[in-house]
Amino acid sequence: MTFRKYLVLAGITVFATVGDSLLARGMKNLGNVSLHNLPGLLLAILNPWVTAGILLLLAFFACYMSALSWADLTYVLPATSLSYVLVALIGHFRLHEEISPTRWLGIALIAAGVGFVAAGPSVTPTRQHRNAPDGSRDTVSQEMES
Amino acid sequence: MNEIYAWAAIGLIILASTTGDVLLSYSMKRVGDVEELWKRRGILAVVGRVLATPTFAPALMAMGVAFYSLLFGLSWGNLSLVVPASASLTFVANAVAARIFLHERVGRRRWIAALLVACGVVLMAV
Repeated sequence: MTFRKYLVLAGITVFATVGDSLLARGMKNLGNVSLHNLPGLLLAILNPWVTAGILLLLAFFACYMSALSWADLTYVLPATSLSYVLVALIGHFRLHEEISPTRWLGIALIAAGVGFVAAGPSVTPTRQHRNAPDGSRDTVSQEMES
Repeated sequence: MNEIYAWAAIGLIILASTTGDVLLSYSMKRVGDVEELWKRRGILAVVGRVLATPTFAPALMAMGVAFYSLLFGLSWGNLSLVVPASASLTFVANAVAARIFLHERVGRRRWIAALLVACGVVLMAV
Protein backbone atom coordinates (compact mmCIF):
# COMPACT_ATOMS: atom_id res chain seq x y z
CA MET A 1 0.00 0.00 0.00
CA THR A 2 1.48 3.30 -1.10
CA PHE A 3 0.53 6.76 0.14
CA ARG A 4 -1.29 7.41 -3.12
CA LYS A 5 -3.50 4.36 -2.57
CA TYR A 6 -4.51 5.62 0.86
CA LEU A 7 -5.34 8.93 -0.79
CA VAL A 8 -7.67 7.09 -3.20
CA LEU A 9 -9.40 5.41 -0.24
CA ALA A 10 -9.75 8.79 1.50
CA GLY A 11 -11.21 10.19 -1.73
CA ILE A 12 -13.84 7.45 -1.68
CA THR A 13 -14.92 8.45 1.83
CA VAL A 14 -14.98 12.21 1.33
CA PHE A 15 -16.54 12.35 -2.15
CA ALA A 16 -19.28 9.86 -1.20
CA THR A 17 -20.10 11.79 1.97
CA VAL A 18 -20.31 15.26 0.49
CA GLY A 19 -22.08 13.93 -2.61
CA ASP A 20 -24.74 12.15 -0.56
CA SER A 21 -25.46 15.15 1.63
CA LEU A 22 -25.78 17.44 -1.40
CA LEU A 23 -28.27 14.94 -2.85
CA ALA A 24 -30.23 14.89 0.40
CA ARG A 25 -30.31 18.69 0.46
CA GLY A 26 -31.70 18.69 -3.09
CA MET A 27 -34.30 16.03 -2.38
CA LYS A 28 -35.51 17.89 0.72
CA ASN A 29 -36.11 20.91 -1.51
CA LEU A 30 -38.20 18.80 -3.87
CA GLY A 31 -40.35 17.20 -1.19
CA ASN A 32 -41.70 13.66 -1.16
CA VAL A 33 -41.63 11.74 -4.41
CA SER A 34 -44.51 9.27 -4.69
CA LEU A 35 -45.03 6.27 -6.93
CA HIS A 36 -47.65 8.31 -8.80
CA ASN A 37 -45.09 10.97 -9.56
CA LEU A 38 -42.16 9.01 -11.01
CA PRO A 39 -41.35 11.61 -13.73
CA GLY A 40 -40.59 13.92 -10.80
CA LEU A 41 -37.79 11.53 -9.88
CA LEU A 42 -36.25 11.85 -13.34
CA LEU A 43 -36.55 15.64 -13.23
CA ALA A 44 -34.80 15.63 -9.85
CA ILE A 45 -31.41 15.68 -11.62
CA LEU A 46 -32.19 19.23 -12.85
CA ASN A 47 -32.05 20.55 -9.27
CA PRO A 48 -28.65 22.29 -8.79
CA TRP A 49 -28.01 20.59 -5.41
CA VAL A 50 -28.72 17.21 -6.98
CA THR A 51 -26.49 18.05 -9.97
CA ALA A 52 -23.58 19.00 -7.69
CA GLY A 53 -24.16 15.81 -5.69
CA ILE A 54 -24.04 13.71 -8.85
CA LEU A 55 -20.75 15.34 -9.94
CA LEU A 56 -19.15 14.49 -6.59
CA LEU A 57 -20.52 10.97 -6.73
CA LEU A 58 -18.85 10.61 -10.15
CA ALA A 59 -15.52 11.56 -8.55
CA PHE A 60 -16.27 8.99 -5.86
CA PHE A 61 -16.94 6.40 -8.54
CA ALA A 62 -13.58 7.03 -10.25
CA CYS A 63 -11.76 6.52 -6.94
CA TYR A 64 -13.86 3.45 -6.20
CA MET A 65 -13.07 1.81 -9.54
CA SER A 66 -9.39 2.56 -9.14
CA ALA A 67 -9.38 1.00 -5.65
CA LEU A 68 -11.21 -2.11 -6.84
CA SER A 69 -8.57 -2.64 -9.51
CA TRP A 70 -5.89 -3.27 -6.86
CA ALA A 71 -7.78 -4.29 -3.71
CA ASP A 72 -10.44 -6.82 -2.64
CA LEU A 73 -14.08 -5.76 -2.58
CA THR A 74 -14.21 -6.76 1.09
CA TYR A 75 -11.25 -4.43 1.74
CA VAL A 76 -12.57 -1.40 -0.15
CA LEU A 77 -16.13 -1.56 1.22
CA PRO A 78 -15.28 -0.85 4.88
CA ALA A 79 -13.39 2.23 3.66
CA THR A 80 -16.60 3.33 1.97
CA SER A 81 -18.62 2.55 5.11
CA LEU A 82 -16.65 5.26 6.94
CA SER A 83 -18.61 7.64 4.77
CA TYR A 84 -21.87 6.61 6.49
CA VAL A 85 -20.37 7.82 9.73
CA LEU A 86 -19.44 11.11 8.07
CA VAL A 87 -22.94 11.28 6.52
CA ALA A 88 -24.55 10.93 9.94
CA LEU A 89 -22.27 13.64 11.34
CA ILE A 90 -23.09 15.98 8.45
CA GLY A 91 -26.79 15.11 8.82
CA HIS A 92 -26.46 16.13 12.45
CA PHE A 93 -24.42 19.31 12.14
CA ARG A 94 -25.54 20.67 8.75
CA LEU A 95 -29.08 19.36 8.26
CA HIS A 96 -29.91 19.36 11.99
CA GLU A 97 -31.15 15.77 12.06
CA GLU A 98 -31.38 14.24 15.53
CA ILE A 99 -28.76 11.62 16.51
CA SER A 100 -29.69 9.50 19.56
CA PRO A 101 -27.12 7.90 21.93
CA THR A 102 -27.75 4.45 20.38
CA ARG A 103 -27.07 5.92 16.97
CA TRP A 104 -23.78 7.35 18.27
CA LEU A 105 -22.89 3.84 19.50
CA GLY A 106 -23.67 2.50 16.04
CA ILE A 107 -21.33 5.07 14.55
CA ALA A 108 -18.59 3.93 16.93
CA LEU A 109 -19.08 0.25 15.97
CA ILE A 110 -18.89 1.02 12.25
CA ALA A 111 -15.71 3.01 12.79
CA ALA A 112 -14.23 0.09 14.78
CA GLY A 113 -15.11 -2.35 11.97
CA VAL A 114 -13.40 -0.13 9.43
CA GLY A 115 -10.26 0.04 11.55
CA PHE A 116 -10.24 -3.75 11.82
CA VAL A 117 -10.19 -4.29 8.07
CA ALA A 118 -7.89 -1.40 7.22
CA ALA A 119 -5.20 -2.89 9.47
CA GLY A 120 -5.23 -6.14 7.48
CA PRO A 121 -3.95 -7.00 3.98
CA SER A 122 -5.64 -5.28 1.02
CA VAL A 123 -5.56 -8.26 -1.34
CA THR A 124 -6.07 -11.91 -0.44
CA PRO A 125 -4.97 -14.65 -2.85
CA THR A 126 -7.90 -15.97 -4.83
CA ARG A 127 -8.26 -19.08 -6.92
CA GLN A 128 -7.24 -17.31 -10.09
CA HIS A 129 -4.19 -15.82 -8.39
CA ARG A 130 -3.04 -19.15 -7.12
CA ASN A 131 -3.03 -20.49 -10.67
CA ALA A 132 -1.11 -17.50 -11.93
CA PRO A 133 1.28 -15.93 -9.38
CA ASP A 134 0.96 -12.15 -9.13
CA GLY A 135 -2.38 -12.37 -10.85
CA SER A 136 -3.44 -8.78 -10.21
CA ARG A 137 -0.77 -7.42 -12.52
CA ASP A 138 -0.91 -10.28 -14.96
CA THR A 139 -3.42 -8.79 -17.38
CA VAL A 140 -1.43 -5.57 -17.61
CA SER A 141 1.97 -7.18 -18.12
CA GLN A 142 0.57 -9.65 -20.61
CA GLU A 143 -0.67 -6.83 -22.75
CA MET A 144 2.68 -5.08 -22.51
CA GLU A 145 4.42 -8.13 -23.90
CA SER A 146 2.00 -8.68 -26.77
CA MET B 1 -46.65 4.96 5.28
CA ASN B 2 -43.44 6.95 4.91
CA GLU B 3 -41.56 4.21 6.74
CA ILE B 4 -42.80 1.48 4.41
CA TYR B 5 -41.63 3.42 1.36
CA ALA B 6 -38.28 4.15 3.00
CA TRP B 7 -37.63 0.48 3.89
CA ALA B 8 -38.83 -0.75 0.47
CA ALA B 9 -36.32 1.63 -1.09
CA ILE B 10 -33.63 0.35 1.30
CA GLY B 11 -34.32 -3.28 0.26
CA LEU B 12 -34.09 -2.35 -3.41
CA ILE B 13 -30.85 -0.44 -2.85
CA ILE B 14 -29.28 -3.44 -1.09
CA LEU B 15 -30.17 -5.86 -3.89
CA ALA B 16 -29.15 -3.58 -6.74
CA SER B 17 -25.94 -2.25 -5.25
CA THR B 18 -24.67 -5.67 -4.15
CA THR B 19 -25.13 -6.88 -7.72
CA GLY B 20 -23.43 -3.73 -9.00
CA ASP B 21 -20.49 -3.92 -6.58
CA VAL B 22 -19.74 -7.56 -7.31
CA LEU B 23 -19.93 -7.03 -11.08
CA LEU B 24 -17.78 -3.89 -10.86
CA SER B 25 -15.17 -5.56 -8.67
CA TYR B 26 -15.06 -8.46 -11.11
CA SER B 27 -14.64 -6.07 -14.04
CA MET B 28 -11.84 -4.07 -12.41
CA LYS B 29 -9.94 -7.21 -11.42
CA ARG B 30 -10.03 -8.20 -15.08
CA VAL B 31 -8.78 -4.77 -16.12
CA GLY B 32 -5.88 -5.01 -13.65
CA ASP B 33 -4.09 -2.33 -11.63
CA VAL B 34 -5.39 0.94 -13.10
CA GLU B 35 -2.48 3.08 -11.82
CA GLU B 36 0.03 0.72 -13.39
CA LEU B 37 -1.83 0.79 -16.71
CA TRP B 38 -2.19 4.60 -16.58
CA LYS B 39 1.54 5.07 -15.96
CA ARG B 40 2.52 2.86 -18.86
CA ARG B 41 -0.19 3.55 -21.43
CA GLY B 42 -2.02 6.75 -20.47
CA ILE B 43 -5.60 7.39 -19.40
CA LEU B 44 -7.20 6.56 -22.76
CA ALA B 45 -5.95 3.00 -22.48
CA VAL B 46 -7.54 2.77 -19.02
CA VAL B 47 -10.89 4.12 -20.23
CA GLY B 48 -10.90 1.94 -23.35
CA ARG B 49 -10.03 -1.12 -21.39
CA VAL B 50 -12.71 -0.55 -18.74
CA LEU B 51 -15.37 0.08 -21.40
CA ALA B 52 -14.34 -3.06 -23.28
CA THR B 53 -14.94 -5.25 -20.20
CA PRO B 54 -18.26 -7.05 -20.82
CA THR B 55 -19.39 -7.02 -17.17
CA PHE B 56 -18.90 -3.23 -16.83
CA ALA B 57 -22.16 -2.10 -18.47
CA PRO B 58 -24.40 -4.44 -16.40
CA ALA B 59 -22.54 -3.22 -13.27
CA LEU B 60 -23.36 0.40 -14.19
CA MET B 61 -26.99 -0.50 -14.83
CA ALA B 62 -27.37 -2.19 -11.44
CA MET B 63 -25.76 0.85 -9.78
CA GLY B 64 -28.11 3.14 -11.68
CA VAL B 65 -31.06 1.25 -10.25
CA ALA B 66 -29.49 1.53 -6.79
CA PHE B 67 -28.94 5.26 -7.27
CA TYR B 68 -32.53 6.02 -8.22
CA SER B 69 -33.78 3.85 -5.34
CA LEU B 70 -31.58 6.01 -3.10
CA LEU B 71 -33.14 9.23 -4.43
CA PHE B 72 -36.56 7.67 -3.87
CA GLY B 73 -35.66 6.61 -0.33
CA LEU B 74 -34.11 9.98 0.56
CA SER B 75 -37.33 11.76 -0.35
CA TRP B 76 -39.19 9.64 2.25
CA GLY B 77 -36.74 9.00 5.08
CA ASN B 78 -34.00 10.83 6.97
CA LEU B 79 -30.52 11.02 5.47
CA SER B 80 -29.00 9.49 8.61
CA LEU B 81 -31.34 6.48 8.42
CA VAL B 82 -31.61 5.67 4.70
CA VAL B 83 -27.96 6.05 3.73
CA PRO B 84 -26.36 4.14 6.63
CA ALA B 85 -29.03 1.40 6.73
CA SER B 86 -29.01 0.61 3.03
CA ALA B 87 -25.32 1.05 2.38
CA SER B 88 -24.02 -0.87 5.42
CA LEU B 89 -26.47 -3.76 5.01
CA THR B 90 -25.15 -3.80 1.46
CA PHE B 91 -21.71 -4.16 3.00
CA VAL B 92 -22.73 -7.38 4.79
CA ALA B 93 -24.49 -8.73 1.69
CA ASN B 94 -21.34 -7.88 -0.25
CA ALA B 95 -19.07 -9.78 2.13
CA VAL B 96 -21.15 -12.91 1.50
CA ALA B 97 -21.39 -12.25 -2.25
CA ALA B 98 -17.64 -11.55 -2.56
CA ARG B 99 -16.90 -14.90 -0.93
CA ILE B 100 -19.34 -16.82 -3.16
CA PHE B 101 -18.93 -15.09 -6.51
CA LEU B 102 -15.48 -13.47 -6.38
CA HIS B 103 -13.80 -16.24 -4.33
CA GLU B 104 -12.26 -13.66 -2.00
CA ARG B 105 -10.93 -15.15 1.18
CA VAL B 106 -12.97 -13.42 3.83
CA GLY B 107 -10.83 -14.12 6.90
CA ARG B 108 -11.72 -13.80 10.58
CA ARG B 109 -10.65 -10.16 10.61
CA ARG B 110 -13.09 -9.26 7.84
CA TRP B 111 -15.99 -11.24 9.31
CA ILE B 112 -15.55 -9.46 12.63
CA ALA B 113 -15.52 -6.17 10.78
CA ALA B 114 -18.69 -7.17 8.89
CA LEU B 115 -20.41 -8.01 12.19
CA LEU B 116 -19.28 -4.77 13.85
CA VAL B 117 -20.57 -2.74 10.92
CA ALA B 118 -23.83 -4.73 10.85
CA CYS B 119 -24.42 -4.14 14.57
CA GLY B 120 -23.57 -0.50 14.06
CA VAL B 121 -26.18 -0.29 11.32
CA VAL B 122 -28.87 -1.89 13.47
CA LEU B 123 -28.14 0.60 16.23
CA MET B 124 -28.25 3.50 13.81
CA ALA B 125 -31.60 2.32 12.43
CA VAL B 126 -33.26 2.08 15.88
